[in-house]
Amino acid sequence: MVPIAYYLILSGILFACGVTGFLIKRNIISIFMSIELMLNGVNLSFVAFAAQWHALSGQIFVFFVMVVAAAEAAVGLAIIIAVYRTRETLNIDQVDLLKL
Amino acid sequence: MTHLIIFLAFGALCVAGAVNLLVQRHPINGALSLVVVMGSLAVEYLLLGAEFVAAVQVIVYAGAIMVLFVFVIMLLNAGEEERSKGSHVALLFGIPGMLVASVLIGWVLIERTGSHPLAAGALPGAPRTIGWLLFHNFLLPFEVTSILVLIAIMGAVVLASHPDADQGKKDR
Repeated sequence: MVPIAYYLILSGILFACGVTGFLIKRNIISIFMSIELMLNGVNLSFVAFAAQWHALSGQIFVFFVMVVAAAEAAVGLAIIIAVYRTRETLNIDQVDLLKL
Repeated sequence: MTHLIIFLAFGALCVAGAVNLLVQRHPINGALSLVVVMGSLAVEYLLLGAEFVAAVQVIVYAGAIMVLFVFVIMLLNAGEEERSKGSHVALLFGIPGMLVASVLIGWVLIERTGSHPLAAGALPGAPRTIGWLLFHNFLLPFEVTSILVLIAIMGAVVLASHPDADQGKKDR
C-alpha cells in the first residue's frame, strides 16, 4: 500500500525538474525535453488521482495528453530544424529575433 | 511492503533520470536519461493498475517521441551547450522560495491525502475497458485528436521541408 501523496510528490518533483530545466537550459532541444518531462509529471498525477477516485476518465485523459505531446514534438522539432537551417545555431541566447 | 519497495526503487530511478537531464550538458545524454525517466514511469503506472497507459508510455513516449528527439539531435549534430550566467536575484530568492514552496506543498499533500493508501493495481485500466470508454464516451475528443495529429503531420512536413526545394522544381 502506497499513499497517494507519494505519487503526487514524485509527480511534483518531476514537474519541478522540468521547470528548472526549461529555465536554466540554453540548448533549444534540451528545453524541449524539459517540456516533455513536465508533461510526464502531470500524467503521473492524472493516473494517481484516477486510481484514488476510481474514475477511468483520468487514464483516458493521459492518452489524450500523450497524443498532444506527440503532435507537439513533431511540430516543435520541425521548427527547431527550420531555426537551425536559417541561423546555424541551437543556442537560444542567439535566437532572439522573430525575423532575420 | 513489496509494493512500497518497488515504488521507491523506480521513483528514485525516475528522479535520478530527471536530475541527470538537468546536469548533463550534451543533449544526447539528456535524451537517454529522459528515456530512463519514461521507462520507470511506466512501471509506476503498472503499479497503479493502468496497464494500457503503461504500454502506451513505453511505445509512444519512450519509443516514438524519444527516437524523434535522438534523430533530430543527430541530424543537427548538436554539441555541448554553453551555459550563460544566471542572475544573482534568482539564486538568492528563487532557490529558498522554491524549497519553502515544495516543503509546504508536500506537507499539505501528506496531511490531506495520506489516509488514502492505494493498493497495487487499484484501478485496472485494461486495453479492453479503455477502448470501450474511448469509442463510446470519448468518441468526439478522439476524432478531434486524430484531426490534430493530421494537422501536426502536415505542419511538420511544411516546416521541415527545404525552402529551396520548391524553387528547384520551378526552375526545372
